[in-house]
Amino acid sequence: MRDFADAFTFMADNAQLLLDKTGEHLLLSGAAIVVSLVLAIPLGAWLGHLHRGSFAAINISNVGRALPSLAVIAIGIGLLGLGFLNVMVALVVLAVPPILTNAYVAVDQVDRDAVEAARGMGMTALEVFRRVELPLAVPLMFAGIRTAVVYVIASATLAAIAGGGGLGEIIVNQASFGIAGVLAAAIWVGVLAIVADVGFGALQRAMTPRGLRREKSGPVVGGAAIESATQPS
Amino acid sequence: MTRLAATEPVIPDFGGGGECVERNRTFCWDWFSDHWGDIFGPALLDHVVLTAIAVSIGFVIALAAALVAHRRGWFETPFTIVAGILYTIPSLALFQLLVPITGLTVTTAEIALVSYTLLILFRNILTGLRGVPEEVREAARGMGLTERQTLWRVELPIALPAVIAGLRVAVVTVISLATVAALIIDQGLGAPIFNAINSPFNTAFIAAGGLAVALALTADGLLVLVQRLASPWAALDRG
Repeated sequence: MRDFADAFTFMADNAQLLLDKTGEHLLLSGAAIVVSLVLAIPLGAWLGHLHRGSFAAINISNVGRALPSLAVIAIGIGLLGLGFLNVMVALVVLAVPPILTNAYVAVDQVDRDAVEAARGMGMTALEVFRRVELPLAVPLMFAGIRTAVVYVIASATLAAIAGGGGLGEIIVNQASFGIAGVLAAAIWVGVLAIVADVGFGALQRAMTPRGLRREKSGPVVGGAAIESATQPS
Repeated sequence: MTRLAATEPVIPDFGGGGECVERNRTFCWDWFSDHWGDIFGPALLDHVVLTAIAVSIGFVIALAAALVAHRRGWFETPFTIVAGILYTIPSLALFQLLVPITGLTVTTAEIALVSYTLLILFRNILTGLRGVPEEVREAARGMGLTERQTLWRVELPIALPAVIAGLRVAVVTVISLATVAALIIDQGLGAPIFNAINSPFNTAFIAAGGLAVALALTADGLLVLVQRLASPWAALDRG
């Protein structure tokens, strides 16, 4: 237990180091998330709008969920070499499936009656998509983003192994930072992941259109929803 | 052996393999097949054993907790919160946090791995049990089954698809995290990855990473088959 006390002393003494590493960590995670969002949201939402490609959209997440994160990073190093960019690519591979599948399901499951009504009001396909389907899809879409964010922040710790920097660098380097440093960084990363999860949960509720809030906010908890949840890493 | 100029990265002797290994090509098939017997085969086996133990223990704990929560509803929230926090902590951190308590042992690895299975299994078992229609329960009672008989002969079989869905997620999760466990114990498919880090050796990365991916996808596929076999009636719904 003394080790844990030392860890907090380490945190106080090395606040600057921890902040720098947290910055690197968030930069790497943020970059991977932004790239994944740009790739996955438009594609998933548009496929959902067309109600096409459900097999692919859903199976991508089933396969993606099964991919071991360290293995993906290792294969990434093997093929591309060490470094920030390569680790980011590996993180994108891990983040795209939950975002894509949730975006697809979110738009696909929008109440057909609402879409019909919008069309009856004279909206064009694009207007229906932008003003009806997307707002109604936000909660579920956001659930996917939240899953991916927490997953990427956790996986980014593994990035240290591949020279991506971040807090993992302290965790895997007991020789330089001692057991106190390793524990301090481990506690720090755990807190970071939990804060991100809670924070995005709040954001998700805030982003949900008012009319939807009372019915159901947050991810749907049913057999299928649990099946497509992402693993920790 | 004059190939090593001082400025080039030093490729350590990974035990033969010739020119391909010396140049650190993307994948050296010869080296991989030479070391299947002493590195990759045993690592794969260890990995399967680590996973099987963690999922079995996790399942017993989650089943017990879900049965308690099924009878006494208040138990669900506290268990979900604790399991949820464990689930969110990055594995690299959790393994390290346990080291001061249980040391660099397989026990440490297993405790962390088990803790990651709890949330998924608990939620899925409970969802499955709650999905049993009330009429079915009443019919069972009407046939004179005791509570225990109802649980084992009626409720759990009906909950089986949800339970196996949870097992699928738990198994691939543990397979994934067991690679990270190699940081503290020199076992499983993560070991060749960590060992190859200091002097990046592509073949080891790709071989171990590829085997871990293949193991996860195979296990996932097998459990889908089990799920279909265990719930033949679901095929009717699927059409």
